[in-house]
Amino acid sequence: MSNERTQVTKNPMSAEAEESTSNLQSYLLGLGLAIVLTLASFGAAVTHVVWAPGLAVLLAVLAIAQMGVHLVFFLHVSSSPDSANTILALAFGIFVVGLVVFGSIIIMANLNTHMLPMEELIHMQR
Amino acid sequence: MSAVADEIPISERGPAPTRIVVSFGFWLFLLSDIVVFSGLFAAYAVLAHRTAAGPSGAELFDLKRVFIETCCLLASSFTCGLCILALERRALSIIYAWAAVTFVLGAAFVSLEVSEFAGMLSQGNGPSRSAFLSAFFALVGTHGIHVTVGLCWLAIMMAQIATLGLKPKVAQRLVCFSLFWHALDLVWIGVFTIVYLGART
Repeated sequence: MSNERTQVTKNPMSAEAEESTSNLQSYLLGLGLAIVLTLASFGAAVTHVVWAPGLAVLLAVLAIAQMGVHLVFFLHVSSSPDSANTILALAFGIFVVGLVVFGSIIIMANLNTHMLPMEELIHMQR
Repeated sequence: MSAVADEIPISERGPAPTRIVVSFGFWLFLLSDIVVFSGLFAAYAVLAHRTAAGPSGAELFDLKRVFIETCCLLASSFTCGLCILALERRALSIIYAWAAVTFVLGAAFVSLEVSEFAGMLSQGNGPSRSAFLSAFFALVGTHGIHVTVGLCWLAIMMAQIATLGLKPKVAQRLVCFSLFWHALDLVWIGVFTIVYLGART
C-alpha cells in the first residue's frame, strides 16, 4: 500500500500525461466508431441492401449503439465510483424518456384503432 | 486512488469536490433537457403520417444535406473534446484553435438547417401545412435553437477566457459547455435516425 502511494507521488506529471493521451485515444476511438455507425445507418437507409421490413429495427439498433458510443467516449460515463450517481440519474432519464415516447405511441395507436373513420363520424353527426 | 477512497468511510470523506458536484448538477439539467426532447419525439412519432394530403417526409427531406449536417455536428463534438483536452493541459492557443473549429462546424450545421427550413417555407410547406410538419418543425427547430444557444455560449466562453484567463470557474464553465455540446450531438442521433432516415422506412 505504502509502496503504491510513493509510486503515485513520485511522478504525478507522467501519470497525468498518460491520462491525457489515453483521453485523446478514447476521443479518437469514439469518433471512429461514431463515423462507422453513422455511415452504416445512412448506407442502410439509402441503398436497399437490407430487407425493407427489418430496416427500422436495424436503424434503431445502430442509433442506440451510437448513443452508447457518445455516452462512453465523449460524455465519459463509466462504471467508476465517481460516476455512480451519474449512471443512476441516466437510468432514471432513460426510464422517463421510454415512458413518454412509448406510452404516447401506444396510447395514440390504441385511440386510432378505436376511433370511427372520419367519414362515418361526419355522417353520424348529420 | 480508489484504494484510498475505499479506506475512508463515506460519512467521513466530506463534501465531494466542486468539479464533481457541478458536473453532476449539469448532467441532471442535460437529462431534463433530453426529457423535453422526448416529448417532442413522441409528438413526432405520433404525427409522422398525418400529412393532411401534403408532402410526406420522403418527398421533402434531402438526405445528402442531412448527412453533411451530421458530419458537421459529429466533427464539432470531437473538436470540442480536443478543446477540453487542451484545457487540461492549459494550452491557451490550442484551446482557441479547437474552439474556433467547433464554432465554425456548429455554425455550418445551423446555416444548413436554416437553408433547409427556408426552402421548405418558400414552397408553402411551413409548420402550419400539416400536423406532420408542425411536429417536424417543433422537434428539429428546438434542436436547432439549442445548437444556436450553444454557439452563443461558446463565443461567451472564449470572451471570458480572453478577459478573465483560465480561472477554475471559467474552466468549469467550459467543461459544462462541452457536456452540453456532446448531449446535443446525442439528441441529433435520434433526430436523424427517427425523422430523416425513418422517413425512408
